[in-house]
Amino acid sequence: MSTFFDIVASAGLWAAVLRIATPLIFGTLGALLSERSGVLNLGIEGIMTFGAMAGWLAVFNGADLWTGMLVAALSGALFGLVHAAMTVTLGLSQHVTGLGITLFASSLSYYIFRLTVPLASTPPTVTPFQPISVPGLSDLPFVGPALFTQTLPTYLSIVIALLLAYVVYRTPLGLALRMSGENPHAAEAQGVDPVRVRYGAIMAGSALMAMGGAFLTLSAFNSFFPTMVQGRGWICIALVVFASWRPGRALFGALLFAFFDAFQLRLQTVLGNVPYQIFLMMPYILSIAALAVMARRARVPQALMQPYRRGER
Amino acid sequence: MIADTTAAPVLELAHISKRFGPIVANDDISIALGRGELLALLGENGAGKTTLMSILFGHYTPDEGTVRVDGVELPHGRPRAAIKAGVGMVHQHFSLAPNLTVLENVMTGTEPLWSPRSRTSAARRKLLSIAERFGLGVDPDARLGDLSVGEQQRVEILKALYNDARILILDEPTAVLTNIEAERLFTTLREMARQGLSLIFISHKLDEVMAAADRIVVLRGGRVAAERRAAETNKAELAELMVGHRVTRPTREPAKAGATVFQASRLTVSIGGVERLKEIDFFLREGETLGIIGVSGNGQAALSQLMGGLAAPTGGEMRLFGEPVSALDVHDLVEAGIGRIPEDRHRQGAIGEMTIWENAVLERIRQPLFSRRGIVNRSAGQAFAATIIEEFDVRGGTPTSRTRLLSGGNMQKLILGRNLYRRPKILIAAQPTRGLDEGAVAAVHARILDARRQGTAVLLISEDLDEVIGLADRIQAIVKGRLSAPIAAEDADPRRLGLMMSGDWTSSDRTPNDRISDGPPGEGHPHAS
Amino acid sequence: MTGSATGLPAKDILMRLERREHRPLLLVVLSPILAVVAALALAGLLIAAAGAPVLEAYGRILTGAFGTRLAATETLTRATPLMLTGLAAAVAFRARLWNIGAEGQFYLGAIMVAALGSTALSGLPGPVLIPLLFTAGAIAGMALMLVPLWLRLRFSVDEVVTSLLLNFVAVLFVSMMIDGPLKDPLAFGWPQSMPVADHALLPKLIERSRLHIGLAVAIVAALLVYLLQSRTVFGLQSRAAGLNPEGAVFAGVPLARTLVKVACLSGGLAGLAGAIEVMGVKGYVTTDLSPGYGYAGIIVAMLANLNPLGVIAAAFFTATMFVGADGMSRALGIPTYIADVTVALSLLTMLIAIFFTQYRIRR
Repeated sequence: MSTFFDIVASAGLWAAVLRIATPLIFGTLGALLSERSGVLNLGIEGIMTFGAMAGWLAVFNGADLWTGMLVAALSGALFGLVHAAMTVTLGLSQHVTGLGITLFASSLSYYIFRLTVPLASTPPTVTPFQPISVPGLSDLPFVGPALFTQTLPTYLSIVIALLLAYVVYRTPLGLALRMSGENPHAAEAQGVDPVRVRYGAIMAGSALMAMGGAFLTLSAFNSFFPTMVQGRGWICIALVVFASWRPGRALFGALLFAFFDAFQLRLQTVLGNVPYQIFLMMPYILSIAALAVMARRARVPQALMQPYRRGER
Repeated sequence: MIADTTAAPVLELAHISKRFGPIVANDDISIALGRGELLALLGENGAGKTTLMSILFGHYTPDEGTVRVDGVELPHGRPRAAIKAGVGMVHQHFSLAPNLTVLENVMTGTEPLWSPRSRTSAARRKLLSIAERFGLGVDPDARLGDLSVGEQQRVEILKALYNDARILILDEPTAVLTNIEAERLFTTLREMARQGLSLIFISHKLDEVMAAADRIVVLRGGRVAAERRAAETNKAELAELMVGHRVTRPTREPAKAGATVFQASRLTVSIGGVERLKEIDFFLREGETLGIIGVSGNGQAALSQLMGGLAAPTGGEMRLFGEPVSALDVHDLVEAGIGRIPEDRHRQGAIGEMTIWENAVLERIRQPLFSRRGIVNRSAGQAFAATIIEEFDVRGGTPTSRTRLLSGGNMQKLILGRNLYRRPKILIAAQPTRGLDEGAVAAVHARILDARRQGTAVLLISEDLDEVIGLADRIQAIVKGRLSAPIAAEDADPRRLGLMMSGDWTSSDRTPNDRISDGPPGEGHPHAS
Repeated sequence: MTGSATGLPAKDILMRLERREHRPLLLVVLSPILAVVAALALAGLLIAAAGAPVLEAYGRILTGAFGTRLAATETLTRATPLMLTGLAAAVAFRARLWNIGAEGQFYLGAIMVAALGSTALSGLPGPVLIPLLFTAGAIAGMALMLVPLWLRLRFSVDEVVTSLLLNFVAVLFVSMMIDGPLKDPLAFGWPQSMPVADHALLPKLIERSRLHIGLAVAIVAALLVYLLQSRTVFGLQSRAAGLNPEGAVFAGVPLARTLVKVACLSGGLAGLAGAIEVMGVKGYVTTDLSPGYGYAGIIVAMLANLNPLGVIAAAFFTATMFVGADGMSRALGIPTYIADVTVALSLLTMLIAIFFTQYRIRR
């Protein structure tokens, strides 16, 4: 029992929680934004991969870190545009289109990466975001090292979560977003163009997903390698359901998830005789469990996955 | 305030024509609406009412003609412009989001999209004041999905009023309401007219038109057939104007009721945890049609699900051919020779992307005629479909063409054909003519009468009162999941049926019954074996 | 409904999409070809961006895939698992069961064969052992697919995400096995499973090549699936369940039971793919046994428009891209990932092509 306590009481654990949660927060918010407008975006895994590559490549070629984040976001928005054109304008299957985007975006990332960065025994690196110290707060005992030694994108992700919660529930734009995802015909009748709302939400959501990917190469690690996203995108899709499509709960869900992940990482060192693969399986199994628990309780946007064409009911 | 149409009209539709391919939906229609006036647009299905209102509201662009509000012409095809000019529309099918609150439903689209904050409290105040002014009480923070249909309609009206509508158009507003809710709605509408709003309501019900409207415009075949002040006309005249000539509905010969083939006693059905049918009693006899009337949403769907084999009762007893059964399942029903016409042709009755022959045999695919050891006998299936197409006059398809391409009437003939071809002992017909044109309606009715003549026991569940009167031998009303006692069709008159449908019998015991004893005849059945 | 409301679009917009009454057969047949051409054209832009001659690159893909006897057999060898995973996706998607877990089912099928074929059953003679191992691999795939299906039926969980997540679990499970109980002690510490017994390896179709009878098995499987879908009660019912579940239930199709059968067939085919890959090509299991065969199967199925016979051709195309790109890559210095990009693009273009067989643009 004491080992468990030791783990939970270590500031390192909590610092890791925030670090692990960051890409999930970005990705979950991105997926949530898209789904709130009525469109599932399974392109997330590929878009995160592409964002990781694009952001890293920009910085590797001399851009500063924030420009890298911006490049990632723009590239994500571009894939979002493709997804929107296919699922909103043409009304194609959101499942298959999303998977197609994932396969396309990830293979394209590898292609571009291989093309521009020659094969080397040690992967080239960039100087990533550094932890910043918040005057006063970072010096607090325990709380300081646990919560206030993160890089800026981590804080940004939390700010975006709160901002998104505000926009969704407190602004006309958020109401238009929700109405488009609940009943696009009603939105149209009341002068809100659900097609434009969906395009906007998918593109903005995809930009967030790509930033989540870029966090991996520009903050959590300092290099890009294929398959580095490791299913984080799919976990985000599960987290959206777990969060019942609410931004605040998405933030909470990502943190909770990251807590389990960080905890099991530390547990591995303690329980040396258990195969490490068991621990690595945990995030995926946890996600599945979360889905099973929440799927029926969550209030699904009523028009999710239903294509909208003007005049067609 | 008294309607004053001599002053400049607030709304003017002038010479509107609209064609859809070869179909002329609106032909040179002109209508003017005065301030404070309550106008009824009366017409049968297909008379062009909804098309006209869709043009007014900017959903369709007319081929000819103009729409003027306060003398200013509205641009065509711009719902936004209509809203801005003060036109509000309450559709028959609500455009609401069940997961959002009443206030959120009303507020959507009313503020600049990019403003940094929703002015929720101001909006709530405005909504409440409008609600109070017209007696449209509703909780702004209630989740819409938790409201009754009548309350949801109030939200639709509030939505229009919130957008400062001065002209309100209601498309078949009473179609989904109970009598009491409808009465309450018209009180509200009259109050709104008194306060200076101008209203048009679309209807095909003579009673409500006579009771509520100041003036009545009758549409027939896309043209204005007549225009009358309510005070200067009567139902008989309106009926004649509305119908013009009429495809005759089949007349029926008296039933020769045989043995009881199905009997339900104190049957209760819960679907999704909600009690949809409560202790209902009814029975079916050979060669006789039982008609179930009622306002939409009172349990008809549950009854068709139960009888279609899709829902099991949670209480009570059923006897099929005299034998007690605990539940009907699709397989057993099909095997027992029970035909089923589903409520929703497109969703339940056929699989549009499959071929006609596949749809013709799907429910009987396990029978030796159509498959052996799991291998489908395609030629037998196609031959069967060809027979149905031939005998039931299904037009527009061959056995191997896709079912989606059939018109509604022909799809219904296909469904009838696959059921009636085998001379079913029982036929469950749920809303068999919903959405069909007159010609198809007549064909369906003839088939149902024909089946009854040949000894089939028919259960007809329909919201079309005329249909039930025309086909049924006994009539029961369904209200809030309960069934009234049966009355004989000969005793049915509109007043009595109206009372039955409004549920007046639920408070007292049962409607006094002159000709039919309440209990079913208890004899065993010759088919029971 | 009142009025003459026809199905026409309410808003007159400049360009609108209109559903076709009939799907022109020519267009349906041509759509995969058009899609592939479009994907190749787009990939050509990427090749050009890399500064390589586009037409030469295409040529080298072709020679890389068919130029020599060895290359041609290699292409067919690569097409074998793609046919099976493609069938797995096609049968599931037909019934609107979104099995995206073929990758994991492939691995479970593979590890099952390694477990049984290396020790437990290796005493059996080949003609008995091989069909037995096929069955075992298929059962492993089925078992994995039943998890997302069960979650869907029991908890209404969308099977897309769960079957995707299970891919990662399955690969980690395989990794754990080849690191633990099934580790090959003779592999110098490399994480790979014990090899299956020699007589459990599949006979070659062509000597001195890697091409094995698995190809024949895959083609027979495609034919069987075709017959199953077009001629049997199960085929009719699973199609009905996919196209219109409510209508299928009304017609007495047992929805859950049909979906279970579909899931078993789909998962089984993916598991069989894994089994055949181990027994035909490698002889043992590693965690890079599949270069994404499970995911590529989705593309194969879509390119085939979910037609089991079309899957044969689509798998052949996909394998051509993968094998050909290897040769092209060596000659022109273009990353082999161009094959993945092209194939993924062809999925997207195929979706658009299918769309235009159903809709037309009207002004």
